[in-house]
Amino acid sequence: MNSLLKKSWWKILAVALMVYTITAGLLFEVPRLAILNETIRVLYFHVPMWFGMIILLTVSVVYSIKYLGKPSQKFDSYALEFANAGVVFGVLGLLSGALWANYTWGSPWSSDPKQNAAAIAMLIYFAYLILRNSLEDEQQRAKISAIYNIFAYATLIPLLFILPRMTDSLHPGNGGNPGFNAYDLDSKLRLVFYPAVIGWTLMGVWLTSQRIRLRAINQKLDERSEEQYVPTGQHADEPRPANNEQSAYSRSVK
Amino acid sequence: MLMSLVLLIMSSLPTLAQSSNEIAMADAFRAEGKIYIVVAVILLIFAGLVVYMVRIDRKVKRLEKELDVED
Repeated sequence: MNSLLKKSWWKILAVALMVYTITAGLLFEVPRLAILNETIRVLYFHVPMWFGMIILLTVSVVYSIKYLGKPSQKFDSYALEFANAGVVFGVLGLLSGALWANYTWGSPWSSDPKQNAAAIAMLIYFAYLILRNSLEDEQQRAKISAIYNIFAYATLIPLLFILPRMTDSLHPGNGGNPGFNAYDLDSKLRLVFYPAVIGWTLMGVWLTSQRIRLRAINQKLDERSEEQYVPTGQHADEPRPANNEQSAYSRSVK
Repeated sequence: MLMSLVLLIMSSLPTLAQSSNEIAMADAFRAEGKIYIVVAVILLIFAGLVVYMVRIDRKVKRLEKELDVED
């Protein structure tokens, strides 16, 4: 998994799927539906934010569980960065949804059950990120936030999949609204929608991989600077490779 | 002789094009409300972002090498 993050084939796949999504998403024929009109194409851009968020947050909670089984900095940093990307997708989903709703529902926020549930889910994950920052000790932070992440995920699922279904939603396809339920999410829409979900999700994974790698570099630098701050004299007869490495680092910064 | 042949072919080209209007060409690119231009603009911006991300990837890789960050 770790070296998979550095492979390039899935990044190329992501770019290809995104080029297809943008081109086909704007040019392919779509069903003609009242109220929605051309905004039905938002299906290829707004809805993948939520699918992507759920996938990214699922990966995050998997690494949190792995961390509790076998504590390691790597698992903690995977859990954090996948959650970060998931939150970015969620915020973009909320904002793009509000922009779209302004022109279809007549107001950016209608307290639609899906809007409310998604907003609450975002707040729960904001709390995860704030919780992390409030803990000084590294191991304590990793452990407590891993446990919190599991609870956050356990709350996310009913918020997104159960509660909105217990009542009518304004969303297309719900409660008799025009949209893409089992009858009219036709093959034309699916042809772009599924590649769009994969493409957007992989773009999120790409950004996540960069942040994970930067965190590993940061941790390495922290370790090195701790080695360097050993009072002189204690390791007087040992060679000091730290100095050479420091100069290698400062060269790379230039 | 050769020059006159070339001239003959060239002068007959526009009439050839006019007579074959039903042959499919990229005419639609300029029609239909220029939506293709919008697609091209979005793709251009997306391509720029991808190039930027690839460059970040390279920078990260170089740092990993210099600092011996293991997998």
